[in-house]
Amino acid sequence: MTAPTRAATGVSVFVVDDHELFRSGVRSELSRRCRIVGDAGTVDEAVAGIVRADPEVVLLDVHMPAGGGRAVIEGVRAAGSKAQFLALSVSDAAEDVIGIIRAGARGYVTKSISADELVAAVQRVHDGDVVFSPRLAGFVLDAFAGDSDEPIDPELDLLTARERETLRYIARGYTYKEVAAELHISVKTVETHVSAVLRKLQLSNRYELTRWASDRRLV
Amino acid sequence: MPAMAQVGVRRGGGGVAGAARPRLERSRSDRVIAGVAAGIGHHLGIEPIVVRVAFVVLTLAAGFGLVVYLLAWLLAPLEPADAAAKPRPRILIRPTLGQALGAALILAGVLLLLFVTGFWFGEELAWPVTLAAIGFAILWARSGEERGARWPLDAVLTGRVFSSRMLVGSLLILAAMVVFLLANTSLRAAGSTLLAVFVAIGGLALIIGPWAWSMGRELIEERSQLVRTEARAEMAAHLHDSVLQTLALIQRSPEQREMVSLARTQERELRAWLYGRAPTLAGARLRDAIDAMAGRVEHEQHAKVEAIVVGDADLDEHARALVSAVGEATLNAARHSGSTEVSVYVEVEDDAISAYVRDHGNGFDPAQVASDRRGIADSIVGRMERHGGTAEVNSRPGGGTEVVMRLPRKPA
Repeated sequence: MTAPTRAATGVSVFVVDDHELFRSGVRSELSRRCRIVGDAGTVDEAVAGIVRADPEVVLLDVHMPAGGGRAVIEGVRAAGSKAQFLALSVSDAAEDVIGIIRAGARGYVTKSISADELVAAVQRVHDGDVVFSPRLAGFVLDAFAGDSDEPIDPELDLLTARERETLRYIARGYTYKEVAAELHISVKTVETHVSAVLRKLQLSNRYELTRWASDRRLV
Repeated sequence: MPAMAQVGVRRGGGGVAGAARPRLERSRSDRVIAGVAAGIGHHLGIEPIVVRVAFVVLTLAAGFGLVVYLLAWLLAPLEPADAAAKPRPRILIRPTLGQALGAALILAGVLLLLFVTGFWFGEELAWPVTLAAIGFAILWARSGEERGARWPLDAVLTGRVFSSRMLVGSLLILAAMVVFLLANTSLRAAGSTLLAVFVAIGGLALIIGPWAWSMGRELIEERSQLVRTEARAEMAAHLHDSVLQTLALIQRSPEQREMVSLARTQERELRAWLYGRAPTLAGARLRDAIDAMAGRVEHEQHAKVEAIVVGDADLDEHARALVSAVGEATLNAARHSGSTEVSVYVEVEDDAISAYVRDHGNGFDPAQVASDRRGIADSIVGRMERHGGTAEVNSRPGGGTEVVMRLPRKPA
């Protein structure tokens, strides 16, 4: 997962977390390499603040009172913002992770991530790529395991062999670059596979996905 | 010591050989009046219901049973409170025909003695009650294999018990009712219809009563289960907002490695508990075993172990060996690679379980390994091969190390 830290380019970041202490911690860690344009501790403040500050990337806590991360994504999207969302959580229950991705987040990392990794993840989301942590890859492999139940839409409900292979490498702790080397493909192709998986994750009606997401009433 | 043990075994005879006999204590959980009967039942290894019936029968003998009961109440201590919380392992003796006959003869002898010496309530009451009590015991003393049934009729309907037992028990109670009615002619004269109704109700109560009672207990049990589940959900929400957040914060100070490792261990345990993977129920499944292994290495080596398991499997002897091999590889990576992060990935497929342990550390040239590292590699490879699997170590200097293990599964 330790991606080589790319040169910090001053991506504008907005931090949403209902824990004041955590917010200020992230602010101080990122402030040297990103441009923090605001933070918020409630859903309403977050929606208003993001619309006003128009950041490129929003770091979003999954669990918050009054609707959580999902309410923020919906509110901001309704206002027409183009901000990308990177979900942060202390929880790695499958339903949380799958749920926030289905709500529209472009990646998921746990709060115990190191500062370098966090900056790299922000950069990646900013570049339009997807942040697939090993754990997220594991959940997706679990959710898409077995083809026995009738896929309604094979395009969305099944992973291709190549996508599955890519996810396996990520779950094993390979960086995108290492996956590319192992599979003899370019990093860009790895990113394409991962983006395709994210799309399936968001649009598929596979039973496991809808069940997980509805467990937390996120979809 | 060995001599004593021998004596004990010899004295134990064919009964509960080997198993320690529980102390005579009044039961908290299983009681009708003061838990005396259940206590004696547990102590002797017989069904409490049999003891209760014996007390009822002996009480007829001029209150003899009552006296014994009160004495036992005074003499036997109440069992400790915590013992009541967990259902005790029930040691039951399946009596042989001879033992049952012996017990019946002793009971008959005591009754006869009391009859002869005149401590007796009289024929009209004693015989019907004795008959009813035996019928009651036959009906309700459930044997081991039927204990899973919700109520005795279940067992009868699903054919797990001879319905002849139901028949004999019910017939005995019916006979008791008839004898009672016939014997009490004077009462019958007074108001025969009313008495017949009362006797019928009493008989039915004897047949159905214990079932209704156990149903009631089950309902109470279910309700308290529900309350517990709700309390747990509430606590999960609370802990999530407090402890997990704090632990995440602690981990952000990279200087104090000790603190970080403690926090991660705590976090892992808490998480397992919150999401229903408590270590107490664990051990049986592969996922739990891998998680536990990762936690152990994290704690001992102050490294971060990201363990991801896709699918799950029962933890048989081979899977256990795989977990040990994965643990060895993880420990090795945490100790020697120079990297503080280890990725563990285990995937359960239909035909095999694959496991990968990867680090981004120094790596090494497998052709020139130090002897201690070869030893560890051998213990991983050797262990996997003994269980029909394979293991290989891929590494090159500067490129990190990955240990790949594969264990074929027998088709389920």
